[in-house]
Amino acid sequence: MAKPDSAINQRVQAVGQWIDDRFPISDFWKQHISEYYAPKNFNLWYFFGSLAMLVLVNQIVTGIFLTMHYKPDAELAFASVEYIMRDVEWGWLIRYMHSTGASLFFVVVYLHMFRALMYGSYQKPRELIWILGVTIYLVLMAESFMGYVLPWGQMSYWGAQVIISLFGAFPVVGDTLVEWIRGDYYVADATLNRFFALHVIALPLALLALVVLHLAALHEVGSNNPDGVEIKKLKNPDGVPVDGIPFHPYYTVKDLFGACFFLLIAAFIIFFWPEFGGYFIKADNFIEADNLVTPEHIPPVWYFTPFYAILQAVPDKLMGVILMGAAVMILYAVPWLDRSPVKSIRYKGWMSKVALALLAIAFVRLGMLGLAQDTNIWELRLWTFIYFAFFILMPIWTSLERTKPVPERVNYK
Amino acid sequence: MSTSKEDLSSVQPATDTSRRRFLTATTAVVGAIGVGFAAWPFVANWKPSARARIVGAPVEVYIGNLEPGGLTRIEWRGQTIGIMRRTDRMVEELEGLSDRLRDPESEVVDQQPEYARNTHRSLRPDVLVFNMHCTHLGCIPQVFPEVESQPFDANWRGGFYCPCHRSTFDLAGRVFRGVPAARNLLIPPYRFLDDNTVVVGEDPEQGVA
Repeated sequence: MAKPDSAINQRVQAVGQWIDDRFPISDFWKQHISEYYAPKNFNLWYFFGSLAMLVLVNQIVTGIFLTMHYKPDAELAFASVEYIMRDVEWGWLIRYMHSTGASLFFVVVYLHMFRALMYGSYQKPRELIWILGVTIYLVLMAESFMGYVLPWGQMSYWGAQVIISLFGAFPVVGDTLVEWIRGDYYVADATLNRFFALHVIALPLALLALVVLHLAALHEVGSNNPDGVEIKKLKNPDGVPVDGIPFHPYYTVKDLFGACFFLLIAAFIIFFWPEFGGYFIKADNFIEADNLVTPEHIPPVWYFTPFYAILQAVPDKLMGVILMGAAVMILYAVPWLDRSPVKSIRYKGWMSKVALALLAIAFVRLGMLGLAQDTNIWELRLWTFIYFAFFILMPIWTSLERTKPVPERVNYK
Repeated sequence: MSTSKEDLSSVQPATDTSRRRFLTATTAVVGAIGVGFAAWPFVANWKPSARARIVGAPVEVYIGNLEPGGLTRIEWRGQTIGIMRRTDRMVEELEGLSDRLRDPESEVVDQQPEYARNTHRSLRPDVLVFNMHCTHLGCIPQVFPEVESQPFDANWRGGFYCPCHRSTFDLAGRVFRGVPAARNLLIPPYRFLDDNTVVVGEDPEQGVA
């Protein structure tokens, strides 16, 4: 390490000062990194936010490189993807990093969302963080759906056909709306071309902006923690929360460790199991899109299947679409549905624990049913009912149940 | 957090910074190697793809019907390659030009393969295989094979004239003095499959294997 008065160090400090006089970059560093105090009791669940950012970076970088070889043209798209897989230097790796990244994005985002539900991270004063997060999730769904269309395989094509047709359920405007989205009388070149534009620039820009807002909102109020204790209530004379530790180096190192572990799993999938038994890439998508031949079974990608199952729970097309939309939109209401005086599941009553467990089981089970070909309609309705009951009944059990006393300070061994 | 550090000094051993520094350094080095490996596929991604390499594969050209003094143009890797069958008169003409040329002995190594580093700049004196793009800015020179006075050179002995910036080359693609181009016309790797067939893009020794 250079001594503080060494010539090089002085020069470096002078450059830093020069920048700081014009743009307060060191203040920014302090506020968000070196003097951002996060609760010291973060556990495993707190990896998934930073992992989601890591995957986002992966999607952007690999996406940029795929764009260099991909052709957004109904005549050329499928062949260009095969060209990337076979002829482009390392194209297979970059494409599998992107396709695997898409699925892993949803894995980490679902776990991240479950963490928030578990520890009440959406409660006051973090409602806005939750709202921004749900919006990120919505944009992510649109982003991944449009990305899935681009390879122009049979699943891409018929998935697009099915999803776009859902908009036709709206009365009066339905057919016009569907035609407007497609830009043709069937899913065609125009559709592919506009989905490409939205997938590679419009939605990623929106995603990045939302992530910045999500983090800005988080850093304004500070992170929640597994105990749901506000660490800002108890500060030392320097104004530093006594249960807080600076994000850097403590959580940068922790997140780095988590990233390494995550990359190990990701690398295994990318190198040895990129189709993931058909869950990440379906066999039918290795057949070029054909608007005259429909595959026998068109399930959506795994991360959409819970909502796809809910769609099937009612026989009426419009009601199904409304129910499916509601299943996502209801997430926005969560901060106001939870009436509990405590945040964390640790201090909530047994009803909250049972309810959250049921929600998780319902979501997974709906996901499985959404993939299956012949489903028992009553089972489908049961889990759909449980899914919605969690949200609708939340104000009741959260105000009824007896909560445990929340400690003054976080639990930390 | 200066206060807490003092509080801890009674219960915690003194911080071993050398161990910490060692771990930080080793982690950083391993991490940097990892980043290097991860970055390579993205760097290599810009190399010509398998398709580009196939499109850029050697080209076989039949020259049996190429008349003495005649020139045929083919495309290889997007470049116009000229193949000229020089007459004895044309080859003899090359000998007396040395003092008017910038690099008569083809001393710049990477402008031709080693086997074309001679006065006639070719495997066989009668056949010239050359990249027709001017070494100045890439235009394609015109062909003036005859010995006759030209507007750009009263003492013209036959050769190539670039209309873009008036660079001139002799019938071996050697650049004249006092023109913008600094190097001789490039000679691509090539070999003879038989007397009448040229393979552009492959060295003679590659063909043996």
